[in-house]
Amino acid sequence: MLKVRVIPTLLWKQFGLVKGVGFDSWRRVGPVLPAVKVYNQREVDELVLVDIVAHQSDNDPDFESIDEFGQDCFVPLTVGGGITRIEQVQRLLRAGADKVAVNTAAYAHPDLISEIASRHGAQCVVASIDVRAQDGRWSCFSHAGKQATNREVVAWARELEDRGAGEILITSIERDGTMQGYDLPLIEAVVRAVKIPVIASGGAGNYQHMVDAVTQAGASAVAAASIFHFTEQTPAGAKTALAEAGIQVRQAFVG
Amino acid sequence: MKVGVIDYGVGNLGSVLRALEELRVTPVLVNRATDMHATDSLILPGVGNFADCVRLLDAGGWVNALRDEVQGYGRPLLGVCVGMQLLADNSSEGAAEGQYVAGLGFIPGQVRHLRSFGCAQRVPHVGWNGITRTRHDDHLFHTIPDGTDFYFVHSYAFSPRDSADVLATTDYGVPVTAAVRRGHVWGTQFHPEKSSRAGFRLLRNFIEGPAC
Repeated sequence: MLKVRVIPTLLWKQFGLVKGVGFDSWRRVGPVLPAVKVYNQREVDELVLVDIVAHQSDNDPDFESIDEFGQDCFVPLTVGGGITRIEQVQRLLRAGADKVAVNTAAYAHPDLISEIASRHGAQCVVASIDVRAQDGRWSCFSHAGKQATNREVVAWARELEDRGAGEILITSIERDGTMQGYDLPLIEAVVRAVKIPVIASGGAGNYQHMVDAVTQAGASAVAAASIFHFTEQTPAGAKTALAEAGIQVRQAFVG
Repeated sequence: MKVGVIDYGVGNLGSVLRALEELRVTPVLVNRATDMHATDSLILPGVGNFADCVRLLDAGGWVNALRDEVQGYGRPLLGVCVGMQLLADNSSEGAAEGQYVAGLGFIPGQVRHLRSFGCAQRVPHVGWNGITRTRHDDHLFHTIPDGTDFYFVHSYAFSPRDSADVLATTDYGVPVTAAVRRGHVWGTQFHPEKSSRAGFRLLRNFIEGPAC
């Protein structure tokens, strides 16, 4: 049976990992490479690594740094930030990425999703959506939450699925970094809208929040950052809590 | 041991090479079909679309070269993910409605969308799923017990014509082929290079061959 994944999200800019609240007030939380190594040694289910400032320039993603970060990662690695062209994807896959997360570029060039899916397969494309509740609807934002896009989340999620996205990473900007719990109605709305797996993100502050995202909102995976950076809680602890709630999680291989 | 990783233009090559380095074998990135000859065994990776992969294999002259190396010289081959699916006769992925694109044909059978097997779950099948062996006379899963989780990420699945070619399955609402073997050709639908310690064990089993 397929297991529910617990996915640490690593946000980085320039030389280090950062974490903010509501996509703002960024705090430095340490260097990237040791964090990737530690998570790999602890056999987390998967890692998401996003360069949060890459979209600000027209430059390529920082392939050299990503290559270095991926050096010791033997669990699935999704890389995001600044992906605007299909050519960049093959370079990222060579640099150690297994999947790519596309967010900002998808609004201007939705075809990018289809191009990546037809070249590298739908399973290679994680469509990332950042959402803020606004005027009674869930509005999608690009450029790390800075720009409104005029897209509503359910329709956008469906379009991304139609274009070939293999998974959706749905993040509530307002819950991000607050550790107040995931936006369950938002996640549930996306889960109901599509038939591809949905990764819940934004707001996890304790293990029960993760259980709720799975049992109440139907998420296939839970992503989290602050809870692992700023509290004593760990991915392994999260999996124990999920298992106690009757959710199937992966057991580490000892052989 | 020189393990050749076939570089035909697609695939998460970085991950495969690193996993092999971790096992302290010497991975050789093989980017010309003629260079396969200098290896002890071969890994055919794959992330992508079956039809595109076949086109790239064709364009690089890999199809005949692989036949020579694998079927002629008997060099062991492990196909991973789409690399495993390429071992099949054909696949519906990337083909027109009702049509099939021809594969390498090393293991008879067809690759079809998970939905066509009656799978009602979310597709792609992404994440860690446990395997159950259907044959116990093979060394690929040596010391790897049933129920061990491996990392899967795929929308299409391989249905070998001869069920004796299936080594292990996984459950995704319907039984899904997780590993195959015919002669000295093996394949895994999951990604051993991304399955942490369980994956290392499997790769070691492949590279070292059966214990005497």
